[in-house]
Amino acid sequence: MTTPHCRVTTAWGPPGGPVPVPANGPRWAGLAQGIKPGPGSGSAQPRALLQPSRAATMVHWSAEEKQLIASVWGRVSVEECGAEALARLLIVYPWTQRFFSDFGNLSSPTAIVGNPKVRAHGKKVLTSFGEAIKNLDNLKGTYSKLSELHCDKLHVDPENFRLLGDILVVVLAAHFGKDFTPDCQAAWQKLVRVVAHALARKYH
Amino acid sequence: MTLTQAEKAAVVTIWAKVATQADAIGAESLERLFLSYPQTKTYFPHFDLSQGSAQLRGHGSKVMSAIGEAVKDIDDIRRALAKLSELHAYILRVDPVNFKLLSHCILCSVAAHYPLDFTPEVHAAWDKFLSSVSSVLTEKYR
Repeated sequence: MTTPHCRVTTAWGPPGGPVPVPANGPRWAGLAQGIKPGPGSGSAQPRALLQPSRAATMVHWSAEEKQLIASVWGRVSVEECGAEALARLLIVYPWTQRFFSDFGNLSSPTAIVGNPKVRAHGKKVLTSFGEAIKNLDNLKGTYSKLSELHCDKLHVDPENFRLLGDILVVVLAAHFGKDFTPDCQAAWQKLVRVVAHALARKYH
Repeated sequence: MTLTQAEKAAVVTIWAKVATQADAIGAESLERLFLSYPQTKTYFPHFDLSQGSAQLRGHGSKVMSAIGEAVKDIDDIRRALAKLSELHAYILRVDPVNFKLLSHCILCSVAAHYPLDFTPEVHAAWDKFLSSVSSVLTEKYR
């Protein structure tokens, strides 16, 4: 299993200064399919041989899956759900706060939940998810630029996309209760997995 | 990863509610697991995995029972789950990656049944607790 390799440039860093690149530890469940080390990272393979894996080919959505996704999405408040998902990410997995050193007070769950920057950013992230849902048949295209951004400028380990995706699913379960059936969850797990993969696709 | 006193309290409190529907929540968690992560079914070729099957309910009940034991002995989960740890290491040998998947599905079931209780703090505490349980169950693998 390969882990994504993303170089931190010295000329640009996130607000608040460069963040130390976390050490790549062992991974049990990863989404690093189709991601190979880029040139200059120590790999001897020329770029031409670095083909995307099978997982990077077109995803098929059944009519039922689309319906399950749409029926939930139609009842989601993007602002509320987005804010809650991001807040819970920062609370349940506190190390994810490393990307938000300029967000102000993140010192407690209460502070995080009430933080206006967290709310605003959560809304932004989930709005982007809405774009994915509108473009289920072209997620790669939809997320191409965002993928480059997350690698080259934001330096976000794609593992974080998986974490946020799972948090979003838990938030939906809490919001919709029994309506968020196992079938529904399965469709959404597929969606968050595929979105995470699309966001990681342009990493090098 | 050790649980703080506050986290232990959060786990114990919500467990009191979950325990009243442990069997149903256990079965639902497994159903979520098998639908979202079909590869997990490979560990149950001998089971009838259809919704509502007796085997699914029985196994869900077993899983939740074990979690209940861990909650009861939350200060020493290793002792509470010592036998199960050996069972998983030497007999069952479920790949460690699957513990995260089941933990996630249990969280979803609990969240769906008790949304008002499932605050961010409770969510964090349960995620951490299930992660602890998973660690104990896999620590003898090698």
